[in-house]
Amino acid sequence: MSQPSSNEVVLETHELVKHFPITRGIVFQKKIGAVRAVDGVDLQLRRGETLGVVGESGCGKSTLAKLLVGLEKPTSGAINVRGQDMTRLSGGELRKARRNIQMVLQDPYTSLNPRMTVGDIIGEPFDIHPEVVPAAERKQRVRELLDLVGLNPEHINRYPHQFSGGQRQRIGIARALALKPEIIVCDEPVSALDVSIQAQVINLLERLQDELGLSYIFIAHDLSVVRHIADRVAVMYLGKVVEIGVEDEIYERPTHPYTQALLSAVPVPDPTLRGQRDQIVLEGDVPSPANPPSGCRFRTRCWKAQDICASQEPALADREHSAHPSACHFAEERDVVHAVE
Amino acid sequence: MTDIKAEIDVLPGLDSSARLLEVEGLHVEFRTQVGIARAINGVDLHLDPGETLAILGESGCGKSVTAQAIMGILDTPPGFVTGGAIRYRGVDLLKLPEEQRRRVRANHVAMIFQDALSALNPVFPVGWQIAELFRVHRGMSRQDARKRSIELLDLVKIPAARQRINDYPHQFSGGMRQRVMIAMALALDPKVLIADEPTTALDVTVQAQIMNLLAELRRERNMGLILITHDMGVVADVADRISVMYAGKVVEEAPVLDIYARPAHPYTKALLESIPRLDLKGQQLNVIKGLPPNLTRIPAGCPFHPRCAYARDVCRADPSPPQYEVDPARTARCHFWTEVVGDEPAVK
Repeated sequence: MSQPSSNEVVLETHELVKHFPITRGIVFQKKIGAVRAVDGVDLQLRRGETLGVVGESGCGKSTLAKLLVGLEKPTSGAINVRGQDMTRLSGGELRKARRNIQMVLQDPYTSLNPRMTVGDIIGEPFDIHPEVVPAAERKQRVRELLDLVGLNPEHINRYPHQFSGGQRQRIGIARALALKPEIIVCDEPVSALDVSIQAQVINLLERLQDELGLSYIFIAHDLSVVRHIADRVAVMYLGKVVEIGVEDEIYERPTHPYTQALLSAVPVPDPTLRGQRDQIVLEGDVPSPANPPSGCRFRTRCWKAQDICASQEPALADREHSAHPSACHFAEERDVVHAVE
Repeated sequence: MTDIKAEIDVLPGLDSSARLLEVEGLHVEFRTQVGIARAINGVDLHLDPGETLAILGESGCGKSVTAQAIMGILDTPPGFVTGGAIRYRGVDLLKLPEEQRRRVRANHVAMIFQDALSALNPVFPVGWQIAELFRVHRGMSRQDARKRSIELLDLVKIPAARQRINDYPHQFSGGMRQRVMIAMALALDPKVLIADEPTTALDVTVQAQIMNLLAELRRERNMGLILITHDMGVVADVADRISVMYAGKVVEEAPVLDIYARPAHPYTKALLESIPRLDLKGQQLNVIKGLPPNLTRIPAGCPFHPRCAYARDVCRADPSPPQYEVDPARTARCHFWTEVVGDEPAVK
């Protein structure tokens, strides 16, 4: 929900790049190329804000999440959390900095260890960061966390298989909250859940944000869910952010052709609009990130593409016909969500 | 070729004036170590040529099991059809011997699956897999079968079909793989196509391509299409009629416009209110409290009553609500459907 967020920036990435090498040979490995999973991403996250990141599979959104929480080391670029560059920290300092940025994973069925009790799962962060909560108070703290996410504190000794999908995702959220982080990276937190359960988890995330003043990076491929929860939205395509703006700007006045195509492809649950929506059906698939097109990466599927798109890469910037940053030479507003022919 | 097809097409009792597909009182149970899971408890469906019927429901509601029972590909054991009839043009498929059932599967009723990568055989080229259908069911020569496979890949708009026919499933993208599976399903010109979550694993832009392709093929061939999905957006875009399933029962059946405008079952209404919408901003998400029931212990009375805002004592006691006729084209299994229909529309 759009609540006023302060202007204090809690997380900032600068020219963030992650290339995965492609090698040939077994003993003598030779690098023959690179998958450009994330290729120069600049983002800012403010206190109490939710930044939605959307895009299709392979666009680099999950790699971005892993970079932010330090599960992958970036090839280059910086991640500044409260003025500290996470990519330059190591040892105890890194460990301490990581407390501040935690993650909720996509699949609540595989991201919880089936051989650990819920209490152990949620309490495990305290083993790694023992100075946060004294040993004697840990159990109490775990109970509080269970209560906070709407689970019964009595269930502390149960195992993950005794919970439903929605409840497991609550356990995952409790684990992320254990170290009292300011920032939570949610990587597709509701996509494995049924619609009736999805709403419960979304409402929980919103309540926690209000109560604890959290900042979320909310990664999802479901554009309707992102619209519901995000204050600002970044659209990614092949490792780059192609358009970024507040939720209204992206959904009501998108200017990048990819955003327009993506939005127009989302089916709206209202049969009276059938056949009346402005649907843009893209041809073909996303090109390989190992060998992205020159210039604008979207030009191979774009209906506006001209020579300049192949030779010159459009920067993510405000443009003549776009009030918010859009990486397209021919950026122009087009309301695809409400358009009726 | 036509005469071979005509010969294979013959099913005892096939009546071309009878309904294309009719499921009546279907019961399926799974006998497991922890008890008997009653997955389907009296499902009624029907389908006419050229029509799209959507079966909508959450995981575990029995929508895929219904499809498997119609196709005759239920894992037995543990799954058993314990009652009901599945009639295709008047022929009860459940009474057919396995050999004839097998012919029905390819020639009359075909199915596409959610995960094309695991539905295709990874060790054979896709062309070989499509051609196999023609060789086995039509007795075609390898060469002719190959030619037909190329035509089919063209039909589902796979570029450079002549070259791609030698590729293996892993060399195709998700969307292209789904096209290959559609080509296989359509190979022998079935009259009924069952699509089980055909686009759930795909991105939205690819989903739009596949749904358009399916709609086009259905129109061209006047096929009946059963679309199984949990996505209320996709359903609104393509379905003619909708059957909403909950705990192994069809709780509401209605034409698509009616169901979205004025749902008659509290479950349908709650589902519609719990989805975030792209074109509406900042609406409060309603939550359906609780969880779908465990199929080994379905509550007495209406299976939805523990989660229902309309529930009263009559709902908590057996028998479960019968199929009330809302109007001649729609039914709902709720004692209080008049209240539900009369309440504020779910959307807008």
